[in-house]
Amino acid sequence: MALIDFWKKIEPKKENKFAHATYDAFFTFLFKPNTTTLGKGVHIRDAMDLKRTMIMVVIAMQLCFVAGTINIGYQHFIALGTHSSFAEAFHLKVIFGLVQMLPIFVVSMAVGLGIEFYFAAKRGHAVEEGYLVTGALIPLIMPPDVPLWMLTLSIVFAVILGKEAFGGTGMNVVNIALLSRVFIFFAYPTEISGDTPWIAGLDLENKVADYSWAHLMFNPLFEAVGWTTFEQGQPMVANFSGATPLALGYQAGWSVTDPATGEITGGILSKYSAAQMWWGGIPGSIGETCKPAIIIGGLMLLYTRVASWRVMLSFALGVAFMGLLFNAWQVTTYMNVPWYQHFGMGGLLFALVFMATDPVTAAQTNRGKWYYGFFIGVFGMMIRVMNPAYAEGWMLAILIMNVFAPLVDHFVIEGNISKRMKRAKQYAK
Amino acid sequence: MTWGLMIVLVLLVLFIFALLTLGEGLLKVAASQNGVEAGDYSVLPNSFSSLFGRAKNKPKYLPEGVEVKHLKRGFDINLAGAADSKAGAHSLRVSNYSIKPTDIIGMSPIPKVLFEVGAQIKAGSPLFFDKKRPEIIYAAPISGELIEVRRGENRLISELIILADQGDVQYHKYAELPNPSTATREEIVNFLLGSGAWPFIRQRPFDLVADPTDTPKAIFVTTFDSAPLAPNLNLAVEGKEAAFRKGLEVLAKLSGSKVHLGLSARTEPAAAYINAGTVEGVETHWFDGPHPAGNVGIQIHHIDPVLPGSTVWYTDVHGVILIGTLFNEGIFDSERVVVLSGAEFSKPRYVKVHQGANLEQVLSDLPADFKEELVWTKDAESVKKVQKPTQVRTIRIISGDVLTGSQVERNSNLKFYDDQITAVREGNYYEILGWLVPQTGHPTLSRTFVGGFYNDLEYTADTNSNGEKRAFVMTGEYESVLPMDIYPQHVFRAIMCNDIEKLEGLGLLELSEEDVALCEFVCTSKQPLQKMLREGLDLLRNS
Repeated sequence: MALIDFWKKIEPKKENKFAHATYDAFFTFLFKPNTTTLGKGVHIRDAMDLKRTMIMVVIAMQLCFVAGTINIGYQHFIALGTHSSFAEAFHLKVIFGLVQMLPIFVVSMAVGLGIEFYFAAKRGHAVEEGYLVTGALIPLIMPPDVPLWMLTLSIVFAVILGKEAFGGTGMNVVNIALLSRVFIFFAYPTEISGDTPWIAGLDLENKVADYSWAHLMFNPLFEAVGWTTFEQGQPMVANFSGATPLALGYQAGWSVTDPATGEITGGILSKYSAAQMWWGGIPGSIGETCKPAIIIGGLMLLYTRVASWRVMLSFALGVAFMGLLFNAWQVTTYMNVPWYQHFGMGGLLFALVFMATDPVTAAQTNRGKWYYGFFIGVFGMMIRVMNPAYAEGWMLAILIMNVFAPLVDHFVIEGNISKRMKRAKQYAK
Repeated sequence: MTWGLMIVLVLLVLFIFALLTLGEGLLKVAASQNGVEAGDYSVLPNSFSSLFGRAKNKPKYLPEGVEVKHLKRGFDINLAGAADSKAGAHSLRVSNYSIKPTDIIGMSPIPKVLFEVGAQIKAGSPLFFDKKRPEIIYAAPISGELIEVRRGENRLISELIILADQGDVQYHKYAELPNPSTATREEIVNFLLGSGAWPFIRQRPFDLVADPTDTPKAIFVTTFDSAPLAPNLNLAVEGKEAAFRKGLEVLAKLSGSKVHLGLSARTEPAAAYINAGTVEGVETHWFDGPHPAGNVGIQIHHIDPVLPGSTVWYTDVHGVILIGTLFNEGIFDSERVVVLSGAEFSKPRYVKVHQGANLEQVLSDLPADFKEELVWTKDAESVKKVQKPTQVRTIRIISGDVLTGSQVERNSNLKFYDDQITAVREGNYYEILGWLVPQTGHPTLSRTFVGGFYNDLEYTADTNSNGEKRAFVMTGEYESVLPMDIYPQHVFRAIMCNDIEKLEGLGLLELSEEDVALCEFVCTSKQPLQKMLREGLDLLRNS
């Protein structure tokens, strides 16, 4: 085995902690270590380890990456009013999406893993794999047009204050990916919410397309094969608005029909159809738009039992409960949105599949998971429908329930304890 | 248009067919690598009915009208190298036997040895006692010469070695035997204490040798062992039915209320077990479910749980037979059926040996457990790394089963309570991308592996830890293999925080290492849970 001999030779000295932690992280990725079980206790171990668990979640979100990348390009050209059918100039959409997406992904991984490696070396233990999932989730919940420096700051904040300060992987109270999102959300509200950040590559002052060298360097290649190219300075559609379905929903609800003509003049349906929201051809955070991609990933997590079905089911029940309640109540126009249509809007499904199911920050008892998921559904719907400031509620709902999860567990555990103590008292009599 | 659509459809069908064929082929390869019949495994269901599973008929041996406790949670690790119980067990005598006081939980480091080195002793002679509990005598398992009192650190007595007699075993004979149906409880207790049979009765919580001044809530005996490659305990009672019955009578007398006998509803129990319910004071309970259904701790939890402030006693089948033989024949006969199992044995089989038998002769057909290999180490000046020939372990010998046993050397002995020797491959190898695509089959509950879907795949397991120790991340894993109303993850967290008050309420007193062994097996974070649990129990015991 020549490869392993090579790796053994280049092992850095133990005194050089950072180098050794980094080496160890890569080495254990390439080779499953030769450590054996202790002489007392179990002598054989399950084949499953944390690396595999984490990589399963990352694999489950791959379709979201693909759909998200294409949608970045698709939304860009819709704003320009050219190549607006989905398959038209597909190469431009893919390249545009990749140029936007890859830097976000690379920055997310490099910054987060850098901090993880540093703290692992500092503490003198192996690098834990938890950040692999966080680092892959962060690009998916960011707006496509997020500036990289904001992204970097938010990750540094989330990983250091949310995770390392609490003792590293497994100790964090709140979801790290959501913490970075909430940081961006509250630190840069004007840049990151509203109608503008969901569509990339536009110069909004001059209302024209704005490409960088990274896009334009593909032009000669496309010209050579006779395909269409990126056109710098191309004008945008007049009166274009990048409003998301959620923003429209807040303004006028599901649909407003003109009684005289029978035409839909306002609400979500005036701009997007339910099918469009389902397939993902709408502006939004990168990974949240394409629902089939999320559902396939979710089914994979359920089938492999990596994610908890209890959380997912109770979350959906919470949403349905609140949705039905709003439908019956109907005080504001937003409450008219049919309860089942909420599942196709915004980041609900993505939060349900990938965010709420994080095992570290969710409730840990099986019974607690039911309450945990249900209340995320309830709170998220309340924030989505009833408040005027934020367009979406899942980030905040999950963070609230992350904080309350230990309390939920406490009540479940206390129930178990008091049952046992009662039995003991009866026996003593 | 329609033609184009037709072509696409045909191509799609062909593609799916190709995928299925490939999957089928890979599955057959995996099956043959794991040494199982490839015909049983297919991507597609073998028949229509197999889609829904077959309804199980009630087994014939189950008496009419009995209540069976179905335990859903748990897992059977299907390992290669099981011994055939139909072949029977032949008696084996070895040259030396040893008793290790350290095998007994709570024993003080320097027990009082009652013989000088060189003394001739009989099987059943009082050998030593714990100075803290002098009334409990530990007896010699075999007749012969006490050749060594081996000491460890701080003069701790680690081992008493007896060189066995060549001919028949000389038993210490008791002339007057108390009759369990007429003698008082006190007479029986004193007889058991003096004869060396008492240590086979243990108590929960803490797994200590039972306290003779105590009256337990109940006494429990399990008649089946569901651990991987565990012995079929029907063999242990074969030919000893009368002794087993007598033993139960004695236990019924000792117990304040009942003796509860746990029977397996999955495999047929011996007639002696099924009929044991006719002994006065004995109650039988049927359990159906995967491991750990056979653990006495699980059965206690479902019949009459240990509570803060109460104790229950338990013993195993071997203990009952030993006590019964003592009361029937007046001898301390520690011979028990022991299984030698594991894929490393060329011929896994059952043997009958006395307690503490030396393994050297028992394991005569086991291949060498070390081999010479080139290993990367620092050179003499510790500057450069060089390859040096080193003795590397290839086989691990375990006294007990793979989940709870202790690693022992070839020249070491069967431990005090064990009835199983397992030999598994040592997993000290690197595997390229082994966490992602393992080339060697490992048992698993996880459905991210093909094996997770086929519960009956047989594995040749090794001792590789399959990953490194990590912080607790996953939840719900432990609960899925522990059929008890207990929150194991919170028990371990409370142990880590030394939260004594909470530990009692969480049910730590109901747990023993063997009960959480499967939790440790499935643990994604590779935490040493059994070690932690014992630390927690010691904390409670000494508080």
